[in-house]
Amino acid sequence: MSATVTPEAPAAERPVRDRADKLRQIKLVVTFAIVFGLVLWMAISIDNSDVLFLNAASPDKDHQPEAFNGLRLVWVAVAVSGIALLAAAANLVPRNGWALLVYLAVGLSFYVAFTVWYYADQDSAVEAWITNPLPSMVKYSPPLVLGALAGVICERAGVINIAIEAQLVMGAFFGYVISSLAYSNGAGMVGAALAGVLVALVLGLFSLRYHVDQVVVGVVLIALALGLTTFLLGQIPTQQENESLNTLLSDPPDPLTPIEIPGLSQIPVIGRALFNQSILVYITLLAPIVVWFLLYQTRWGLRVRSVGEHPKAADTVGIKVNRVRWQAVLLGGGLAGLGGAFYTVGSSGSFTDNAANGQGFMALAAVIMGRWHPIGATMAAFFFALTAAMKDDFGLVTKVPSELIAVAPYLATLIAVAGFVGRVRTPAADGQPYVKD
Amino acid sequence: MSEKDDKVPAEESSPAESPARTDGPTASSTSGEGEPGAKSGSEDATATKSPETKPAGRSSSALVDTVLTTAAAIFLALVIGAVLMALSNQEVIDSMGYFFVYPWDFFTRSFDVVTTSYGALLKASLGSGEAVSHTLNRAAPLICAGLGVSLAFRSGLFNIGAQGQIILGTLAASYVGFTWDLPAVLLLPTSVLAGILAGALWGAIAGLLKAATGAHEVISTIMLNSIAASGILAYALGEMKSFQRPGDELGLPQSPPVPDSAAFPEVFGVHLGVLLAILAAVVVWWLLTRSTLGFELRSVGANPDASRTAGMSTGKVFILTMAIAGALSGLAATMLINGDQASNNASLVGTIGFDAITVALLGRGTPLGSVLAGLLFGALAVGGGAMQTSSAGTAPEIVQVVQGLIVLFVAAPAAVRWLVRQRRKEPTDTFAAKEATA
Amino acid sequence: MQLQIQGLTRRFGDFVANDAIDLTIEPGEIHCLLGENGAGKSTLMNMLYGLLEPSAGQILLDGKPVHFNTPGDAIDAGIGMVHQHFMLVPVFTVAENVMLGREGGPILNRKAAGQRVRDLSDRYGLHVDPKALVEDIPVGVQQRVEILKALANEAKVLILDEPTAVLTPQEIDELMEIMRQLKAQGTSIIFITHKLREVKAVGDKISVIRRGKIVGTADPSASEAELAEMMVGREVNLVVDKDAPEVGQPVLEARGVTIIDPRGHEVVKDVSFEARAGEVLGIAGVQGNGQTELIKSLLGLVRPSAGDIVLDGDSIAKHGPKRSLAAGIGYIPEDRSHDGYVATFSVRENLVLDLYRTPEFSSGPALKLAAIERNADQRIAEFDIRTTSRETPVGSLSGGNQQKVVVAREFSRPLKVLIASQPTRGVDVGSIEFIHKRIIEERDRGTAVIIVSTELDEIFALSDRIAVMYDGRIVDTVSPDIEREQIGLLMAGAVPEKGGAA
Repeated sequence: MSATVTPEAPAAERPVRDRADKLRQIKLVVTFAIVFGLVLWMAISIDNSDVLFLNAASPDKDHQPEAFNGLRLVWVAVAVSGIALLAAAANLVPRNGWALLVYLAVGLSFYVAFTVWYYADQDSAVEAWITNPLPSMVKYSPPLVLGALAGVICERAGVINIAIEAQLVMGAFFGYVISSLAYSNGAGMVGAALAGVLVALVLGLFSLRYHVDQVVVGVVLIALALGLTTFLLGQIPTQQENESLNTLLSDPPDPLTPIEIPGLSQIPVIGRALFNQSILVYITLLAPIVVWFLLYQTRWGLRVRSVGEHPKAADTVGIKVNRVRWQAVLLGGGLAGLGGAFYTVGSSGSFTDNAANGQGFMALAAVIMGRWHPIGATMAAFFFALTAAMKDDFGLVTKVPSELIAVAPYLATLIAVAGFVGRVRTPAADGQPYVKD
Repeated sequence: MSEKDDKVPAEESSPAESPARTDGPTASSTSGEGEPGAKSGSEDATATKSPETKPAGRSSSALVDTVLTTAAAIFLALVIGAVLMALSNQEVIDSMGYFFVYPWDFFTRSFDVVTTSYGALLKASLGSGEAVSHTLNRAAPLICAGLGVSLAFRSGLFNIGAQGQIILGTLAASYVGFTWDLPAVLLLPTSVLAGILAGALWGAIAGLLKAATGAHEVISTIMLNSIAASGILAYALGEMKSFQRPGDELGLPQSPPVPDSAAFPEVFGVHLGVLLAILAAVVVWWLLTRSTLGFELRSVGANPDASRTAGMSTGKVFILTMAIAGALSGLAATMLINGDQASNNASLVGTIGFDAITVALLGRGTPLGSVLAGLLFGALAVGGGAMQTSSAGTAPEIVQVVQGLIVLFVAAPAAVRWLVRQRRKEPTDTFAAKEATA
Repeated sequence: MQLQIQGLTRRFGDFVANDAIDLTIEPGEIHCLLGENGAGKSTLMNMLYGLLEPSAGQILLDGKPVHFNTPGDAIDAGIGMVHQHFMLVPVFTVAENVMLGREGGPILNRKAAGQRVRDLSDRYGLHVDPKALVEDIPVGVQQRVEILKALANEAKVLILDEPTAVLTPQEIDELMEIMRQLKAQGTSIIFITHKLREVKAVGDKISVIRRGKIVGTADPSASEAELAEMMVGREVNLVVDKDAPEVGQPVLEARGVTIIDPRGHEVVKDVSFEARAGEVLGIAGVQGNGQTELIKSLLGLVRPSAGDIVLDGDSIAKHGPKRSLAAGIGYIPEDRSHDGYVATFSVRENLVLDLYRTPEFSSGPALKLAAIERNADQRIAEFDIRTTSRETPVGSLSGGNQQKVVVAREFSRPLKVLIASQPTRGVDVGSIEFIHKRIIEERDRGTAVIIVSTELDEIFALSDRIAVMYDGRIVDTVSPDIEREQIGLLMAGAVPEKGGAA
C-alpha cells in the first residue's frame, strides 16, 4: 500500500519556481532596499555623533541622561539592513517562522537609526534626550496585548471578535466604577474583566445563538459600548443630586503602583521595564505564555482550535462546538475587559470618554499581523505599544511633522498587512456560525 | 443554550441557503472539505422533492417580513431606550424610593419622562417645516455614506472606511471652496467634485490593496481612517495656513467655512445636497439592478469563486466598488462643507462614518433601505439634542444606544421574534445572514 | 453488537428524507446500503450517528432502545463512522486528530497518543505516521486515519459512507481487506455506496434505498443489472450511445504545464497533451492527483509556473478566464456550488453568468434585461430545467437541475473546446443520461471535449482517448478498450510497459 504513495519530492527536485515565491522575493528586496537606503542616508546625514540617552522613562536621582555615540549604532543598523537586503536578493530569507526574526531585525534597525537620527544634531537651547522606550512600551501594552490575545482566543475558536474595542471601553468604565465603589483596585480589575465578559455574552448570544454576522455584531457592539459608557458617565450624579454617591465615585483609589521585583529589576536596560511595573503589567507579560499553553498544550486548547478549523469534525467526535466557542468567547472577553482596566485602574484612575481611542482596532490588527498565534499577536501588540510610546516621547523635537509619527503605527500595519501578511491562513471556520445540517 | 436550539434554523433553511464555506487557500486543501457535491445526500433530495416550497410567493412575503421585523426592531429599541430614560431620571429614581407606598408615582413619572423626551424628539425632527428641513439636511450625509457602505456590502466588502473617506472629502471640498478663485457657477461644482474625487481615491486605496495583495479591507479601512484623521486632517489643521481660520490660532484649530458661492442653494431651508442624495440612491439602484458592473458586483459578493470562473475580475470589482463607495462618502462630505457651510475641524465629521455602517445594516444593503434608514437616523440625531433641552433633560447618548439596538435587532430577526414572542417559522434569511454565507 | 433500526423517519419540512426505515445489522456482518445520490443514505447514517434527530422511529442496540443526542452518545455506544468528506482537522497531526474528543486528561499527552496510533496502525496494518500533518498526507492515508479514529474509539459498528470515491482500485481492494479483517474480529460494518461492483465484492447482505425508503434487499449474488434497476426504479441504460468519433485537428494543447499550489507543492508536473476536434479526451485518476489544478489552468484560473497552453496556435496561458471563455472554451467546473453558479442568483441570472458582457445581453454599461429573460425561458425549455420560475434562486434547485443550469449556459454559445470536470457528480440518473447525451452531441458538432472524472464508468462511457493522471503527471494515454485492471494500475502510478501512444 505504501508503495503506491510516495511522499512529495524534496525541494531540491524543484526546478520551477512559483510566481508567488518570486513576488515575495521582489517585495522583500524592495522593502529592505528602501529601509537600507533610508538608514544609510540617516547615517551619512548625522553630523554630531553624540546623542543623549536616559535609561528610564523620566530622570530621577539614579538616572540622568548620558551622552553616547549614537552614530555607531546607526552604522550597525546599516549593516544589519544591508545584510538582510543581500539575503533577500539571494533569496536566502527563510520561508517559515524564522522569517519573522529577519523582519524584526530590519524593523529594529530602522527604529534605532531613526531614533538616533531624530535626536541627533539638535539646535535648540535645551537638548532633548532619548528615553529608554521599553518602560513606557511595556506600560502601554496591557490593552493591546490582552486585547490581541482575546482576539486570538476567539478567532481560534471560529468567532470573529471585532468588539475588542467595546470590551476595552466597558472594562475601563466598569473598572473605574467598581474600583471607586469598593475602593479597591483589585475589585476594579475583576469588575473590568466582568464587563468584558458581559460584552462577550452579547457577542456570543447574537453570533452563536442567532447566527448574526459576527462582524456586524462586533461593529454594533462598539457603537453600543461607546454610547452606553458615555451615557452612564453622564448619569453619575452631581454633588447636589446625590452627595454620597458622587463623593464615592469622584474619589477612586490611587491607580495601580509599580511593584519592584528585587534583583531582576536591576538588570540593565530591560530590568526596570519588565520588573518594576504594576500587577496589571505582570499579568500582561504572563498572559501570552499562559494563552499559548492553553491553546497548544491542553485538551481545551485542542478543542478550541478544532472548532475553529473544522467544527463539523469536532462535532463528529462528540465535542459540543457551540459550548467550546462560548467558553472561548467569554474567556477572551474577560481578558480584553481586564486590558481595558489599564485606562482607569491602571493609569489615571478615572474614566474619560472613548477611553480606548481605537486601540481595540489596533489589537485586532495585531491578531492578523501575528497570524492568529498568541506569541505573534503579542509581538505585534508590543510593536503598537512601542509606537504609542514614541508618540509621547518624540513630541519635544520637531524634525519630522508630529502627524507622521502619529500615523506610523497605521502605516506600518498597512504595509505589513498588504505586503507581508497578505493572504494569510485564517482559522478555516473563522466567522462562520456552526449550523448542523 | 443547548445544542437542540441550534438545530432549529438549520432545518428550516437547509435547501435555500448556500452552504457556508471556507474561503481562501484552505478551501482547496486535501482534506476533502471543500469538495464537490459536498451536500449530496439529504440536501439534494430535499430540493428535488420540494422546489416550490421556498420560492413561491417569496418576494412578497419576504417584503412583509422585512417590514415587520424592522418595525418590531425599531419599536423594541425605542422601548429599551424608554426604560433607560426613565431609570436615568432623578424624579423617577426618587419615586422608586417609596415604590411600595405610592407605586403609581413611579409609573406616572416614568410615563411623563418618556413622553416628554420622545415628544421633544418628534417635535424637533418632524414637528414643523423647519424641523423637517433640519432632519433632511442631517439625513443627507448619512444617506450618501450609507449608500457607499451598502454598495460595498453587496460586493462582499465590509467598508468600515466611510469615516476616512468623508474626512478626505471634506478636506478637498473645503480646500477648493475657500482657496480657488472661480466664478460661482464653477466653484460649487468644482468643490463638490473635489470632495467626491478625494473620497473615491481614499476608498480605492483599500480596494486596490485588497485586489493586489489580499489585505483584509476591515483592517486596511480602519488604518486608513486613522491615517486620515490623525495624519492628514491633523496636518492640514495644524500646519497648513489655508486651513487656519484667522483669529482661531490659539483655540481649537479650524478652517474657515466655504464662501456662499460654493454653498448649495437652499429651498425652504433644504439644501440642494438632499436632492443629490436622493439622486445618488437612484443611481446606485440603477447600478445594482440594471448594469453590467452591478451584475458583477453582486455576483462577486455572493460567490467570488464562481464569478472568477465566469471570467469576472474580482480585483476590478473590488477597486471600482471601493472607489464608488468612497465617492459616495465624498458626496456625504460635501453635505457638511457645501451644505451646512461648516468649518472643518477635528470633530466635524463626528461619527457619520460609523453611523453610515448602521444605516447600511438597517437598510439591508439596498438603496431604498439606506434612504429610509438615513432619514430615521437623521431624525433621531436632530431629535436627540432636543430631548436634552426638554424638561425631562434626557441624555442625547440614548439616541446612540437606540440606534445600535435597532441594528442589532434587525440583524437578528430570530432574537426579535423571541423577544416579542411571536415565533413564526421563518428562516433567518436576513441581509446580514446572507452576507455571512456569501 | 446487533444494530436494529425500526421505522426510522426523518422529515425536512414537508419533505420526507427517510420514510419508516427498517434494518437489522447482525454482529460481524458487512451490510451494504445501496442507493443513488440523494436517495437518503446520508440522512439515515447521520441519524444513526447522532448528527440528526429522527422525526419518528427508534434505534436498538442488542435489543435495547438507544437515543443519540450527539455523536458523542453514538461513539460511547460503540458506533464509529468514516465520513464521505473526512472529518479531519487539516492543520492537526494524525495523532492530534485521533486524540481529539478523547484526550484522556486536561493536559495533552502527545507521546501517549502517538504510541496509541502506532499500536493500532500496526495491529491493522494501516501504516500511518502519527506525527504527519493531515493536510500533507495523501487522501488514501487520510481515510485510514478516519478508520483509525473509529478503531481508537473501540467501535463495534462501523459505518463507512462512500469510502471508495477517493481511492484507486488497488486501494479499494486494500480497504476491502481491512473490512474483512474487522469483520473477522466481530465488528459490524455498514457499507454505503452507489457502486454495484463493490457491493457484490464485499457485502454479506444488501439493502437498497430509493427516495428515502428501503425498496428491497438482495443477495451479493444478484446481477448488477438487477441491483441497478432496484436502485433507480427503472431499467437503466448503463452505456452511452455514440458513434465512432470523426477526429479533426488538435485544438487545445498543453505543453509541459507545471503548477505550484499556494502551499508550495508542485501539483502538476510537466504535463503535455492535445485535445482534438470531434473527440472526447478523458482524464482519469484518483482525486487529488493534479486534475483540479490542470483543468483550472486550461481556463486561465491558475497560471502555470512553467509550460504553455495553446488554443488554435495561440498561447492562452496568461489570458485569464474572461478572454479564454470569449475565445470559445466552455467550462463546467468540478464543484458547481463553489465555482459553477451563484446560489443566491436566480436561474435567469445564472444562465448569463459568463455571457452578460456579450453584445447580446448588454449594451455599454447597461444590461439588456428583456434579452436575458428571453434567454432564460429558452434554456429552461431546451434543457428541461425543473424550476418553478426563472426567478428561482439556483441554490434551491436539486443537484441535477443546478448542473443543468451550468451545462445550459456553457452550451449556449459556439464552442471550440468543452472542458467538463466531474460533469455528473451528485446528479440523479435521469440528468446523468441527459448530460452525457449533450456532451456527445457537442463532440459530434466538432468540438474538442475534455472530460475529467474520478468515476471510471463515466470515463469509459464517454471517452475516445483516456489520459491517466497520477501524482501530477500524465502517466499514460490509452484507448478506452483497455482492461479495467490495467487502468487501475496506471491510476496507482504504475509505469506503463509500452510506449505512451494510443
